[in-house]
Amino acid sequence: MRRRDFLKKSAGAGLAAGAVFSIGGYKKFLSGSPANAKYDMVAVMGGSPEAMFDLGIQELGGMGSFVQKGQKVLVKPNIGWDVIPELAANTNPLLVKRIIEHCFRAGAKEVYVFDHTIDNWVNCYKNSGIEKAAKAAGAKVVPGNSESYYQKVEIPGAVVLKTDKVHEIIFGTDVFINVPVLKHHSSTRMTCCLKNMMGVIWDRAFWHSHNLYQCIADYALFEKKPHLNIIDCYNVMVKNGPQGVSKEDIVQMKSQIITTDWVAGDAAAAKMLNTEIEKIEYIPLAYKTGVGNMKLDALNIKRIKM
Amino acid sequence: MRSPFLRRFRILFSALVFICFFIVFADFKYLIPSKYINIVLSLQFIPSILKFWDLRTLITAGFVAVLILTLLTGRTYCSFLCPLGIGQDIFSRIGGRIKRKFRRYGFKKPFTIIRYTLLAATIIVTLIWGIYLLTLLDPYSIFGRFMTFFGNPAVILINNFLSGILGKFDIYSLSHIHITGFKLLSYSIPVLFFLLIGGLSLTRGRLYCNMICPVGTLLGLVSKISLVRIKFDENKCTRCGRCSVGCKSSCIDFLQHKIDASRCVVCFNCINTCQEKAISYGITGVKPKSAETDASRRKFVAGSLLLLLGIRQSVRAQNRTAPVPKKESTVKENKTFPVCPPGGVTILDFNTDCTACSLCISACPNGVLVPALLQYGVEGMMQPVMDYHKSFCTYNCTRCTEICPTNALHPLVLDAKKLTQIGKAVFIKDNCIVKTEKTACGACSEACPTKAVHMIPYEGNLVIPETNNEICIGCGHCEFACPTTPYKAIFVDGNDVHQAAKKPENAESEMKTPVDFPF
Repeated sequence: MRRRDFLKKSAGAGLAAGAVFSIGGYKKFLSGSPANAKYDMVAVMGGSPEAMFDLGIQELGGMGSFVQKGQKVLVKPNIGWDVIPELAANTNPLLVKRIIEHCFRAGAKEVYVFDHTIDNWVNCYKNSGIEKAAKAAGAKVVPGNSESYYQKVEIPGAVVLKTDKVHEIIFGTDVFINVPVLKHHSSTRMTCCLKNMMGVIWDRAFWHSHNLYQCIADYALFEKKPHLNIIDCYNVMVKNGPQGVSKEDIVQMKSQIITTDWVAGDAAAAKMLNTEIEKIEYIPLAYKTGVGNMKLDALNIKRIKM
Repeated sequence: MRSPFLRRFRILFSALVFICFFIVFADFKYLIPSKYINIVLSLQFIPSILKFWDLRTLITAGFVAVLILTLLTGRTYCSFLCPLGIGQDIFSRIGGRIKRKFRRYGFKKPFTIIRYTLLAATIIVTLIWGIYLLTLLDPYSIFGRFMTFFGNPAVILINNFLSGILGKFDIYSLSHIHITGFKLLSYSIPVLFFLLIGGLSLTRGRLYCNMICPVGTLLGLVSKISLVRIKFDENKCTRCGRCSVGCKSSCIDFLQHKIDASRCVVCFNCINTCQEKAISYGITGVKPKSAETDASRRKFVAGSLLLLLGIRQSVRAQNRTAPVPKKESTVKENKTFPVCPPGGVTILDFNTDCTACSLCISACPNGVLVPALLQYGVEGMMQPVMDYHKSFCTYNCTRCTEICPTNALHPLVLDAKKLTQIGKAVFIKDNCIVKTEKTACGACSEACPTKAVHMIPYEGNLVIPETNNEICIGCGHCEFACPTTPYKAIFVDGNDVHQAAKKPENAESEMKTPVDFPF
């Protein structure tokens, strides 16, 4: 059996199982079971990436309220660029490592890390420090460099992006944790939770050429949504994004935003970058479809200063 | 010496050399450091001559070592060091398995006219017109192209098969690699040569090396005066002819007890075949009757070497100052010049030095290099050219410049490469998504490592690209990322003379570290 056939056959089962988990998991947060729905969002400031995550996830009931024993977890950082960690074009490797450790402590059977990089993927994985950090924490680092890893999916309700090709690992895992790094973006002005999904699909050129804002918002309708979004705002690239030129682009904000609502996460991130939410057009577009809430006033946000 | 271990040593040694070359070209994970690759390549005859010509350092004088080796031991280079020769030996062995007849050679007359004409033509054409024939006939470059066009993809196919199996078991240590290949026309010359050399070696032993290969012919001339060579003990010989039948160079005339040293590749097969132990490898005294011819041949050897080194300089000196006019009609996307890889310095320099061994094409981690068709003109056929529709030159990499065996690509340190402008981005606003579709894009600016391509305000909330050629290095990431088809809205026009780009200036951000949450 070729791997593709194998995957096709197992995809059905995987999808069914995944859907159960995703709906089950999601509803739990939204319906407000007392253990973990105390807050829609936790924002932490003033500590190291690891310390802020330790504190923040605790406020959301610990990793155990997201990862059940024996589950497989996908941690999706931004590893898009062949840039060293200090320049913050990629998610902080220390944060990625700590998240993986929490997953295993919560009983995860397997944790996977991957990104469809923009620069040469081997160099990105290596020079971002994420491959090393993830492997040190026991995760499996999965390549995303070949179209053969991507499967065609349909996105019901999408305006433009009705079908797309998504990395197979997203179907092979039960829990999806989105770990974007907050950055300025030359075209969309900001890249964070929603835009980080450009690293789980194959054909970015389609998004760019078919109304980028709409495609980003459309993808948010896809059934495999992140169960948790952890926004790395430790070092924030405030200009020349998303790749950056030098350390002058970086402002050390020493912050972190942890949320189950990725539209809210993007809205808060926009505030961090001092950018009008409406100017980042995909946020209101996604808000209108109901996948999340960009009105931060309506949310229950826990703010912690360390 | 008559030891049977000579042959075994030759087989072992050449197998190791072949494996080294195979790995150098098949290293699709780019694990082998450049310095080791350079060691493996240092003794290749033609590349070493070209490199020495540029650098004049002792360490690049590998060809001198080869010449000395040949003077001492005969054409051992062809059996021990030439990857194409070793590859042919493997083919001959396979040929013998297919049909025994294919490994029964027997003495044949040399193709004297063909081989010396080809040698002379190669030298003359190289000196007067350019590198065409050297590119076509240098055995190392031919081998390199075989590996780049066929060997490397074959290894990746095996990798993909294995990675598929491992993937089922949740193991991701191997990853699937997409094989893109080249334009169909690029395959014509490698395929032709593969059929020619493969066919000849399968059925006729080393006929290619003794009829066509200019390096073989040149070293053959040198080996006529070599110190140590294969010789007969006429008293012991029973004229059974086994040695001659087994000689893949067809150079043993056992009836007359003569071995044509110009064709003998010193494989030692005959020593092992001879049951009477009449053949040995040792120092030969120069026979009195051949002294006369030796002198004239020596002159020819010396003359051709002089020609090779001496006149080349004057030809090159002329070429350096006169830019070659490009046939613009052959170049797509309104490029004035094709984009030549970093380290090439000028397209002209690069074209005159590169023998299209294609090692850089195999070694490029980004797969941006492809063999040129007519982008550089006829002279540059098969030489590497940047194809930004296929990929882009990754910012933090100098691999191709480090491994070039002919110094057609000069070594660049990373900081220098990051400021080497091999071309300039040209923005075609009328093709741009932002203008035509009135939607956001910015794929080019996102990809730009220096922000030479940046976004400026356009209609409404939209931003549109603008280029700054002072800091653009021509890496082509913008062109690669641009989603428009069939013509890109941004492309890199090559620099015929590579220039120094300015370092991108970057002011401190106005934003300050927040003291409280802004939400």
